[in-house]
Amino acid sequence: MENNQLTKEMYDELERFIEAIPDKENAIIAVLHKAQEICGYLPREVQEFIADKLNVPANKVYGVVTFYSYFTTVPKGKYAINVCLGTACFVRGADKIVNELEKKLDLKIGETTPDGKFSLDGLRCVGACGLAPVVMINGKVYGKIKPKEVNKILAEYND
Amino acid sequence: MKMIKLTIDNQVIEVEKGTTVLEAARQAGIEIPTLCHDPRLESSLGGACRMCLVEVQGARTLSPSCTMPATEGMVVSTRSERVVQGRKVVLDLIWSRHPHDCLTCSAAGNCKLQDYSFEYGVKGSRFENPEEPEFPLDHSNKFYYYDRNKCILCGKCVRVCNELQQTHAIGMSERGFDTHVSPPFEDPLAQSKCVSCGNCVSVCPVGALVPRRTDRFRYWEVRKVRTTCSFCGVGCQMELLIKGDKIVEVAPYAGESNNNMLCVKGKFGYKFVNHEDRLKTPLIKRNGTFEEATWEEALDLVVDKLKKTKEEYGPDAVAGFSSARCTNEENYLFQKLLRAVVGTNNVDHCARLCHASTVAGLATTLGSGAMTNSNLEALKSDLILVSGSNTTESHPVIGAHIQQAKEKGAKLIVAEPREIELAKEADIFLQIKPGTNVAFFNGMMHVIIKEGLQDKEYIAARTENYEELEKIMEAYTPAKVAEICGINEDDLVKAARMYGEADRAAIYYSMGVTQHSTGTQGVMSVSNLALLCGNIGKEGAGVNPLRGQNNVQGACDMGALPGDYPGYQKVFDPKAQEKFEKAWGAKLSDKAGLTLTEVLNGLDDGSLKMLYVMGENPVVSDPDTKHVEEALRKADFIVVQDIFMSETAEFADVVLPAASFAEKDGTFTNTERRVQRVRKAIEPIGSSKPDWMILSDIMNRMGYEANYKNPGEIMDEIASVTPQYGGISFDRIEEEGLQWPCPTKDHPGTKVLHTESMSRGKGLFKPADYIESAETTDKDYPYIMTTGRILYHYHTRTMTKRVKGIDIMFPESYIEINPVTASRLELKDGDKVKVGSRRGEIVTTAKVTDKVDEDVVFMPFHFYENGANTLTQAALDPIAKIPELKVSAVRLEKA
Ligand code: SF4
Ligand code: SF4
Ligand code: SF4
Ligand code: FES
Ligand code: FES
Repeated sequence: MENNQLTKEMYDELERFIEAIPDKENAIIAVLHKAQEICGYLPREVQEFIADKLNVPANKVYGVVTFYSYFTTVPKGKYAINVCLGTACFVRGADKIVNELEKKLDLKIGETTPDGKFSLDGLRCVGACGLAPVVMINGKVYGKIKPKEVNKILAEYND
Repeated sequence: MKMIKLTIDNQVIEVEKGTTVLEAARQAGIEIPTLCHDPRLESSLGGACRMCLVEVQGARTLSPSCTMPATEGMVVSTRSERVVQGRKVVLDLIWSRHPHDCLTCSAAGNCKLQDYSFEYGVKGSRFENPEEPEFPLDHSNKFYYYDRNKCILCGKCVRVCNELQQTHAIGMSERGFDTHVSPPFEDPLAQSKCVSCGNCVSVCPVGALVPRRTDRFRYWEVRKVRTTCSFCGVGCQMELLIKGDKIVEVAPYAGESNNNMLCVKGKFGYKFVNHEDRLKTPLIKRNGTFEEATWEEALDLVVDKLKKTKEEYGPDAVAGFSSARCTNEENYLFQKLLRAVVGTNNVDHCARLCHASTVAGLATTLGSGAMTNSNLEALKSDLILVSGSNTTESHPVIGAHIQQAKEKGAKLIVAEPREIELAKEADIFLQIKPGTNVAFFNGMMHVIIKEGLQDKEYIAARTENYEELEKIMEAYTPAKVAEICGINEDDLVKAARMYGEADRAAIYYSMGVTQHSTGTQGVMSVSNLALLCGNIGKEGAGVNPLRGQNNVQGACDMGALPGDYPGYQKVFDPKAQEKFEKAWGAKLSDKAGLTLTEVLNGLDDGSLKMLYVMGENPVVSDPDTKHVEEALRKADFIVVQDIFMSETAEFADVVLPAASFAEKDGTFTNTERRVQRVRKAIEPIGSSKPDWMILSDIMNRMGYEANYKNPGEIMDEIASVTPQYGGISFDRIEEEGLQWPCPTKDHPGTKVLHTESMSRGKGLFKPADYIESAETTDKDYPYIMTTGRILYHYHTRTMTKRVKGIDIMFPESYIEINPVTASRLELKDGDKVKVGSRRGEIVTTAKVTDKVDEDVVFMPFHFYENGANTLTQAALDPIAKIPELKVSAVRLEKA
């Protein structure tokens, strides 16, 4: 899972970002966003680092992280699969796509495969309802897909 | 204050603006049910349960009254049909996720959900979800457990832990259906920051946070007795829950001293009372072994020995150690026994080891050797300076209030040899070397004077000897002081400015200042600094010595000191002597008696023959254990009166079994000078007796009449001879204790000392030069060892080691060593280490931590086996005769 490794550079960048904030105690959410952007996810060590640097108790940081579904504490896969679960996509069978992906990758939504290659998440409407149901992999959009096309799409990432 | 009028249930009510509707209703005696409300918590953060719904005329929906501010002209109904329906829905929804477990739930009878369901006729839920998952209990904490299944998510525990206790151990995690209470990262409670204060447990309205039990009981089987905690000097108010003749639980009580909070010792440390090790009969040592005896035999022997020793060697061959753990009434009788009946002033107690220098120092500079302000006044301070006190562990409830003050915006400066919990939150932390307090305070004053931050008006009007202060402080430049204390020069300057500029600055200190060969000077330096900036006689400010034991303030007040009658009237003052001779009808000695350390020397050199120890344990608490034991071995006769067979009792010829605090009436005086009631909750264990009864008995047998029907009568006598206690009587302190001075029956007691003028008139500056500790490091003993308390243990562990959870967590002594030092000595955390001083050697366990500096090590003093006091020394402060327990030179070696 070399792509999930936290590097010193990541911590340095995060620390610089935190240092520039004047009102540290009220900046938890902004910092967590930044940290997830830098590190890809928010493992315990990162949360503790942030609590320490912002001088807020760890329980506060943890509370925020677990409250907002946007934040994730598990590393995303090398290929992050996001299925739109907005109304339009849902009506057109997004849940079946999710089921299919869960079966093929042998994981549950919100998880990452043990080899760190794929992760699967749900999103709210991504604004491409015309293409519903929509799946995105590392930003690339696949529209109007059917469950049986899942295999083919995954094959594209068979490296 | 702006007042507003509103109508609640047809009743017109006038309240202060800002009052919530709930509070307004309660003021008018109208009860509104609540599940998540606690008056101590910030009301704007509440509103979680909606049980307190009311109907406001003109509003479309029902609203929670606990968060809604009352407004002018509001018309509120708390019992309308709509309201009742609304509350039923709330209960119904809770039941949809709550196990129907009342039959076996240990909270039954003490559960608001149960009570309200009964009141509103709710039997279960229409919305039940059969697939509600079952969560495992968190049993990891030694004192309580968490059952997520029963949690109704009221949020009180989380808010208490964060807002009041300030430990931040638990929070609300996740959201929606998954919301639950947990430590961060779902760690088990035992691995979180939780300090087991149990304040969350006490507020949980249901059976989700529950004390671990050894006795099965139902809440309707118990009776409650209000009393005062018998551990530290905070003097928390509590209720003992009694089933039969056994304490089965303790609940906090909302007194002025504790704001309804407790710490782990108060909440969970009661199990010593009913412990099987309690002494149940008198014991007499015959041929080296203790044999059970009757009270008759034991008391005859004691009285016989007292009489004979007095006849043969004179009254001054007898000495007594009174007890900071016994009541005021008992301390009063103990010193009266020695003074009026035996005829000696040889009476002292363990205050000698903790705050003798405070009593001496502050009496000199201010005229009264006690905390100037009150327990919860930290909340009114702009700045708090903590030095020589690990407040969150030694005085936990005061520590929590200092943390609350910090969170509300007060500045915090910590000057301490160890990086204690408060240090981590401080604006400035100065890690001073042990024993350099005087230099530190002098440095603060140097900067304040140089920068003109002193309060010139106050100095002119209310103090004397300022010129000398200015002269002596001149030499204490930041550079020099930084060097002596081992701190950063700029930090010192910053701290001085911060203190100098604050309006209400409070200083909290404890044994880190007093237990030095220059302890009295340390105390006077604290007083100098406070006087310099006009901080004495003001709310939220002052000098606040935190007294260690439950009644160490009272024991001093009662004259359990060799030079003082009750109320600090001097034995060498002929007027005082005459007064007490008249009051007690006996000839009294005008010669000041021996202090605790001198008594041990007296036994050692044979000038003292007999020692009477009430509730003290000098073998463990006093410095240089080997010397103490040798001295005790030489005594002709020793009487020990205690609740357990202490290490000291082993040396006794007669052991008298005493009743614990739960088995007698009386009063304790806490650190803020508040005289509070102790109440009998159960009968004395075995044939043990309250100390006051034993003492009266001995007095009578000695031919001195002592006919007290109850401790209330003893207090009346105390009030008649002790000006500070003049207005105190049991009926006045029935509900709330009074703070001395309380000279007359209509005096309301004194929150803040020295408001108009100092007790001695003017505040006296008593500057002193810094002198090195009596023992310094050298090549054989290169480390400084300092000692102190830990949260979970109390005194010499006679009580706390008998509380299972505590004993499991901290069964034996240890030493804190800096990681760098440890690696130099090739020590890992948990390794055995040999520690030696010029007095002795022990083997203990290394705790590797950067709390301490590289050349400093720390040991808790509670333990006898491999205890810190084998290593400490009895170098005395020349004025207060307090030993330098805080600084010993030691060497370390891997064992
Ligand atoms: S016991 Fe005290 S420290 Fe522990 S979680 Fe409860 S309130 Fe917090
Ligand atoms: S554990 Fe008790 S106090 Fe805490 S949220 Fe649950 S019900 Fe409320
Ligand atoms: S803070 Fe002190 S008085 Fe209060 S409960 Fe704890 S030990 Fe008892
Ligand atoms: S609902 Fe999926 S893109 Fe809008
Ligand atoms: S008591 Fe008002 S919402 Fe809980």
